[in-house]
Amino acid sequence: MATAGKLSFDLVTPDRLLLSVGADMVVVPGAEGDFGVLPGHAPLISSLRPGVVDVHQSGKVDGRYYVAGGFAEVNAAGLTVLAEEAIAIQGLKRADLEQKIKNAQEDLTDAKTDEAKAKAQAQLRQLNDLLRAVG
Amino acid sequence: MPSLKQFRVRIASVKATQKITKAMKMVAASRLRRAQEQAEGARPYAERMERMLASVATSMRGSAGAPRLMVGTGKDQVHLLVVATSERGLCGAFNSSIVRLARRHIVELEAKGKTVKILTVGKKGRDQLRRDHGAKMIQHVELARIKRLAFSNAKPIADAVLKLFEEGGFDVCTLFFSRFKSVVSQLPTAQTLIPAAAPAAAETGAAGGAKAIYEFEPEEEEILADLLPRNLAVQVFRGLLENQASEQGARMSAMDSATRNAGDMIGRLTLQYNRTRQAGITKELIEIISGAEAL
Repeated sequence: MATAGKLSFDLVTPDRLLLSVGADMVVVPGAEGDFGVLPGHAPLISSLRPGVVDVHQSGKVDGRYYVAGGFAEVNAAGLTVLAEEAIAIQGLKRADLEQKIKNAQEDLTDAKTDEAKAKAQAQLRQLNDLLRAVG
Repeated sequence: MPSLKQFRVRIASVKATQKITKAMKMVAASRLRRAQEQAEGARPYAERMERMLASVATSMRGSAGAPRLMVGTGKDQVHLLVVATSERGLCGAFNSSIVRLARRHIVELEAKGKTVKILTVGKKGRDQLRRDHGAKMIQHVELARIKRLAFSNAKPIADAVLKLFEEGGFDVCTLFFSRFKSVVSQLPTAQTLIPAAAPAAAETGAAGGAKAIYEFEPEEEEILADLLPRNLAVQVFRGLLENQASEQGARMSAMDSATRNAGDMIGRLTLQYNRTRQAGITKELIEIISGAEAL
């Protein structure tokens, strides 16, 4: 749980509770623009667009997580981000991502059905978002 | 009376079966542990989703224009039953009990003059329902090649249901699955997905200050329109996870009793084998002795 003066921040995906920490500030990619949440923020529910959640600790960015859309809820207990997918950016390497993007592009050109095409496109978009977040 | 050789063959065959059921029990036990962990891991998301839905629904209360996913179409003429079962057999009454519950619902609904449509998930349910209700089946989802159930497996099912709903294909949607209570007890359950029952705001009020007045960004209607389809996918995902754990639990206890039965059978056969062998020996001895006496 959070210590005094910290914002308790939970990042949850359908699979598991990915992260539960106390933070100084968390910046969330809201559907109508990024917003920062500090301890004692007014209660708020917002939907999220695909983007990066930044966790700030003592003036520095401590953790960055890519989320593929979802919801954020702020209440007296803290901030909860419900993300359909969330990936920690720290472990990612630029070269790996570029390779994956290349594969995804090949998948897109190979895709025969509309369904496969849409899937490849969605994956490509996500990978590009990730690359931008890493770079 | 079977010959000694026949007994030996039977004992060997039962022993081989016992080895298989024992191995299957072990595999099911380890899979069960994983499935249980996964089901527990998914709980925080579903709980928080529910809480959020309750907050939004509470603040929407009274205002018109609540989404149809929540309030329904105002009719209940056409019912869609989503029947989730497993891909494999040898798991006791797991599949049959889900199918039995679904069948009962079908009969009840049809007696009331409603139209029933069925969407099956998993091969076993489809096979069992096909004979009686094949004409009502509209779609089937395979989960056969999935090693680890992920949210992305539940999403297409939810999407298919949503698409059908938008096209006006049905009024009420019910999910059939087996709730995992313990290794020996799995409860077949019917859960209404659409219309989404408005969660009671009162009971969530205590948790984490959900009573607070929220700001919404964007408007409540938009968030709700976004939240409801996702909630549907989460409910389906949760059902599938429960099902997965139940299946392994049911298989584990089924294989456990199969192993025990095989053990009993081996014991019985061995006893009979020894008796027959002893009878043969005694007979030969009598023949020798009476032969010697005759001299």
